[in-house]
Amino acid sequence: MGRILAFIPLTIAAVFGGFFLWGLNPDRDPNNIPSVLISQPAPQFDLAAIEGLETPGLSRADLVDNAGPVIVNVFASWCVPCRAEHGILTQMVEKDGLRLFGINYKDKPEDATKWLAELGNPYEKIGSDLSGRAGIEWGLSGVPETFIVGPDGTVLFRYVGPVVGDEAIARFREALEQAGALPRGQNG
Amino acid sequence: MVRTAQSGEFIEGVDDQMTPEVGHFALALALALALVQSVLPILGAKRGNILWMQSARWSAFGQVLFVTVAFLALMQAFITSDFTVKNVVENSNSLKPMLYKVAGTWGSHEGSLLLWTLILTVFGAAVALFGSNIPQALKARTLSVQAWISVGFLTFMLFTSNPFDRVFPPPSDGQDLNPLLQDVGLAMHPPLLYFGYVGFSIVFSFAVAALIEGRVDAAWARWVRPWTLAAWMSLTAGIALGSWWAYYELGWGGWWFWDPVENVSFMPWLMGTALLHSAIVTEKRDAFKSWTILLAILTFSLSLLGTFVVRSGLLTSVHAFAVDPERGLYILGLLAVSIGGSLALFAWRAPMMEPGGLFKPISREAGLLVNNLILTTATGVVLFGTLYPLFYEAMTGGEKLSVGPPFFNAAFIPVMLPLVFAMGCGPFLSWKRADLPGVLQRLRFVALLAVLGTLAVWYLAEGGPVLGYLSLMLAFWLFMATVREWTMRIKLFEGPVSTSWRRASNLPRSAHGMTLAHAGLAVAMFGFIGSTVWKSEEIMFVQPGADISIGGFDVRFNGVERVRGPNYFADRGELTVSRDGKYLTDLFPERRTYPVAQSTTTESAIRSTLAGDLYTSIANPASEDASTQGAWTLRILYEPLVNFIWIGSAMLVLGGGLSLSDRRLRVGAPRRKAAVTARVPAE
Repeated sequence: MGRILAFIPLTIAAVFGGFFLWGLNPDRDPNNIPSVLISQPAPQFDLAAIEGLETPGLSRADLVDNAGPVIVNVFASWCVPCRAEHGILTQMVEKDGLRLFGINYKDKPEDATKWLAELGNPYEKIGSDLSGRAGIEWGLSGVPETFIVGPDGTVLFRYVGPVVGDEAIARFREALEQAGALPRGQNG
Repeated sequence: MVRTAQSGEFIEGVDDQMTPEVGHFALALALALALVQSVLPILGAKRGNILWMQSARWSAFGQVLFVTVAFLALMQAFITSDFTVKNVVENSNSLKPMLYKVAGTWGSHEGSLLLWTLILTVFGAAVALFGSNIPQALKARTLSVQAWISVGFLTFMLFTSNPFDRVFPPPSDGQDLNPLLQDVGLAMHPPLLYFGYVGFSIVFSFAVAALIEGRVDAAWARWVRPWTLAAWMSLTAGIALGSWWAYYELGWGGWWFWDPVENVSFMPWLMGTALLHSAIVTEKRDAFKSWTILLAILTFSLSLLGTFVVRSGLLTSVHAFAVDPERGLYILGLLAVSIGGSLALFAWRAPMMEPGGLFKPISREAGLLVNNLILTTATGVVLFGTLYPLFYEAMTGGEKLSVGPPFFNAAFIPVMLPLVFAMGCGPFLSWKRADLPGVLQRLRFVALLAVLGTLAVWYLAEGGPVLGYLSLMLAFWLFMATVREWTMRIKLFEGPVSTSWRRASNLPRSAHGMTLAHAGLAVAMFGFIGSTVWKSEEIMFVQPGADISIGGFDVRFNGVERVRGPNYFADRGELTVSRDGKYLTDLFPERRTYPVAQSTTTESAIRSTLAGDLYTSIANPASEDASTQGAWTLRILYEPLVNFIWIGSAMLVLGGGLSLSDRRLRVGAPRRKAAVTARVPAE
């Protein structure tokens, strides 16, 4: 009995080791997830504005018939990486003149309002997804996630995790260039 | 003159830049010594060759000497802003204040690895120097095991992460260290954290040596105790400083975020705390032997796991190092050998260890067993929550999710609360068999006080969550039970003060240390609870001249001024704080911009008192429309009792220090078997 018990720690450690080895696979990028939505029309959703905030709500209708590609960012005040990402998205709006829409995922309206008041609100429209229903439609795996949606409402690109750090920003900007939202060759 | 490999030309004015080569060479020498130390002493212990065993002493000193030389060489490169060194280019800047140039030495992956190795060798040398009461063979084996870890990390550094790599041509200036990292708390945070993390390496080495010897007894536990305590103290201080840094520097108004990087430092702490308590049972009662050994192995394994997670890019975190799969694979190999090897050895040898003293379900031993079970469960909860995103992704073939504070708060706090209750009773229990009704009778008054205290807070604070009040009651309970136990031991109020004084000075320092540390946890709990449950927060757009009232304070916003610092410029808000019309202080929160690093940081301004912190920070309004013209975003928080967290942490560390200074650990020089005689606990 004692003999078997003594092997338990080793067994558990081996299982962990197996997962780690899998996790180190160079092809695996914790932030890169293929999405079934790519090249598909953006899903149906209709979200009201965050209660107490003047920024209007967001629905699928806002994502079609635009002049150029737009960014849809899923965020929440309880999400720490969202804070880190916020400044970078703000810059894209202010410096590059991109259009940014937000989906506020499972967040209390008063928390979201405070968060935006503190960090600034670069979003043109924000839908409040209290129930997480729109999140399911968009196939969210976590927060933050950021999508690039073409002028006709087609999902062109999905980025999982915060767009933070040189590599992530470069990848995201490259996707923006491919979508035609940024002129080519400005990457960097 | 230096001849560069790439061009073969001589460069003027770089005569003094040989130091990085010296550092690199010193690392190679340290590796050579570590290789000798991994083999010779342990063979000596097997064959009874005293000379071979004693060689460990000199190779351990040699290792620490050479790694120190390497560390100083890197530090010199940072101090003189030697931009021929890649690591300096990437992590420093000539405009940076000197303190942060020095701290830059351990700010990067390579530099911190060098610090890791330095501390590893320091602990090895410390055992060689101070371990004169440890038997020759055990010491030789321990130092050999320690050298195995050295070899692992030195090769890792030399082959994948050389801190002395050069760049050519050297750039004119460096790329700065993240300005967030320019903080005294942060500069001191990694060294302390590493002393804790890596300090457990020597405990690990002791455990593996004991398994190889096949012998664990009370004497072993006593030899290991000071090292465990020293590592635990550093880790406690390191975590507290890190949390202090998050609170004061990051400007997020929180002190713990359950980020993977925080979690991986917290897990060895939980496990190390369990180890500290389980080793007491091994020392006093010769029981829990294989359990103590297992905890020693697991504590250091979790430290290694932390190093792995932070450097491999396995999980996403706000403050991980740059990702490199090759490095990740190398560390995973190290983990497999060290953790896998030691646990395999454990599986082989542990069943052969003779069980120790018997005890009843109600006894000091059983109390400490409860402590161990709860701490292990809590570690498991944190481990599971931290790695669950990875497991989930692997099991579902690529789907991802993140685990945040809601999980940890919901799972961790309920596990820990029973521990706090048990901590109140534990010290009253006697070894082998205790009288629980008697103990509870003694604690009746304490329980009553805890209820009254909680009711008083409820009356004053007007509402709050039930869990908050339950936690508060347990914090009162723990604090007063701990004080009660101490006063009973020294018979305070039961006779003349002189008697109590005599009893207090006769009490072993480890007993005072326990009282202080347990009370410290209660004090820290008041801080956790106060700043979580009764925190108030205001965020608003304000024009100069506006008045805001929060937590009983009146704050007037006087305007914003542009100021300059050594390598940044800042918008500085001016606030006047008063209460009931009485002036208290001025606060100047800043928003700093670092042009070289192209980033901004929030420097909050805080009025800090024992009752709570008034915490202010400032930013530009997001969009400049008519309603916010000339306005600023002001964020004001009132965090009651938050400073109790740091006071409580300091008490934990001091308690550990008191226990460490116990003379029984220094003299005593227990011979094997002689130390087994159990002490009867004082009433």
